Amino acid sequence: MAQTPHRFFAFFCLRQDRSLHGPPWLEPFLHSLLSSTPPRLGALLFCVLLARAAEPIAAHAQEPPYYVTYSEVLEEPGNLEIAQKGTTGAPRDSNGFYSATLELEYGAKAWWTTELYLQGQATANDSTVFNGFRWENRFRMLPTEHWINPVLYVEYEDVNGADKSVLEVTGHDSIADFQGRNADTRGDVSRTMEGKLILSSNPKGWNVSENWIMEKNTMGGAWEFGYAVGASRPLALVASGRSCTFCRQNFSAGAEVYGGLATVHDFRCNDTSHYAGPTVQFDAPRGPSLLFSPQFGLSGNSAGVLWRLKISYEIQQFRDLFLHKEAQ
Amino acid sequence: MKTPRTAGLMVVFLSISAMALVAAEGNWQRRVPDADRQRVNPYAGQPEAISAGHLLFKENCAKCHGSDAEGRHGRPSLRSQHVIHATDGELAWLLRNGSLAKGMPTWSSLPEQERWQIIAFIRSLPHDAAPAPAGSRP
Repeated sequence: MAQTPHRFFAFFCLRQDRSLHGPPWLEPFLHSLLSSTPPRLGALLFCVLLARAAEPIAAHAQEPPYYVTYSEVLEEPGNLEIAQKGTTGAPRDSNGFYSATLELEYGAKAWWTTELYLQGQATANDSTVFNGFRWENRFRMLPTEHWINPVLYVEYEDVNGADKSVLEVTGHDSIADFQGRNADTRGDVSRTMEGKLILSSNPKGWNVSENWIMEKNTMGGAWEFGYAVGASRPLALVASGRSCTFCRQNFSAGAEVYGGLATVHDFRCNDTSHYAGPTVQFDAPRGPSLLFSPQFGLSGNSAGVLWRLKISYEIQQFRDLFLHKEAQ
Repeated sequence: MKTPRTAGLMVVFLSISAMALVAAEGNWQRRVPDADRQRVNPYAGQPEAISAGHLLFKENCAKCHGSDAEGRHGRPSLRSQHVIHATDGELAWLLRNGSLAKGMPTWSSLPEQERWQIIAFIRSLPHDAAPAPAGSRP
């Protein structure tokens, strides 16, 4: 185990043949760091950032540009995506807020992706609080592609009432959820099981995805329902033969609509909130993906405008770090 | 009483799906429909497409199959006899559908044109001389 941090950093800096993985000017520096005993981890971290920044091509996921809607795209097996989902807004009669969600998404199998969320928020003239965690799993249901591809989503969440991430809307979620003070709402913890049926299609370069959501607080309450629908397309369907940063193939755009459908006792759209907005995503050739989306409330219960920004980076074949040396 | 019943139904649903996934595996080439097998790569042999396919390959495929496409950590080489003897249509089918039980994900969300560009690049690679060992199919 003592070797693990060293191997972790070496993974980023070395090629498979153990030669250095970085620009030539960085190589003497990397050599001295990797041969030092014990390894100088702080400096190695610096080298990771430099080597990654200097890499001509790095990884990003093939995910469509949605913030709330899920498509059938799962994480490739062995890959780890680290993402930060930010939401900010200033709903009427409440203070402005910023909600941050750290997302760790891992491809366990080609048909199974598991994901952990850690959430918190800061509210102006109030406080900063940790909201809780979510653990979700997505399972691809059919072995081959079809006109519509179903994916089953199962999530457990342990989140308090101060959560303002709006990662989905169900039941009677409304603007009132933003108006309480953190001190009052943080003690109201709900432990919820959530299921989604994700249906997704890829006709002629487009992606169209529909999510049907049902949620049950295990501590009581009725089943709550919601929906999310998204459509998107890359700006170019044919890749360029030259490496480029701001060319159309690195951008995709779309739109999504989502909202609540009340509960099993009053299944309807009244007294529920709904949002819609355009989304645009940039997959930087050097690695991170940036997703931006202003999302507009469509009903009186909705919270004005929510500004969304997601930054994600995918570490390809993360599990290879933990293979035995012989296997490598 | 409803919650255990719902959970039970979900377990049954998942089990059936897992069995369907396993049952559908085997030699992926046998599962390719004839219409797909006979498809022709519209970018075959085009230098610009091969170059684009190379960039796409580095971005999406190299971490598993190696930057030289000779395979990594037990994942299959794309220079093997199996790949050489597969038709363009069969490779296109595999990229679109994956081989989930063997760890090959679907790449259906990549535009079809980009998948053809990757195939054009794979076709441009030099071949392994020896026959591929059993069980190393992509």
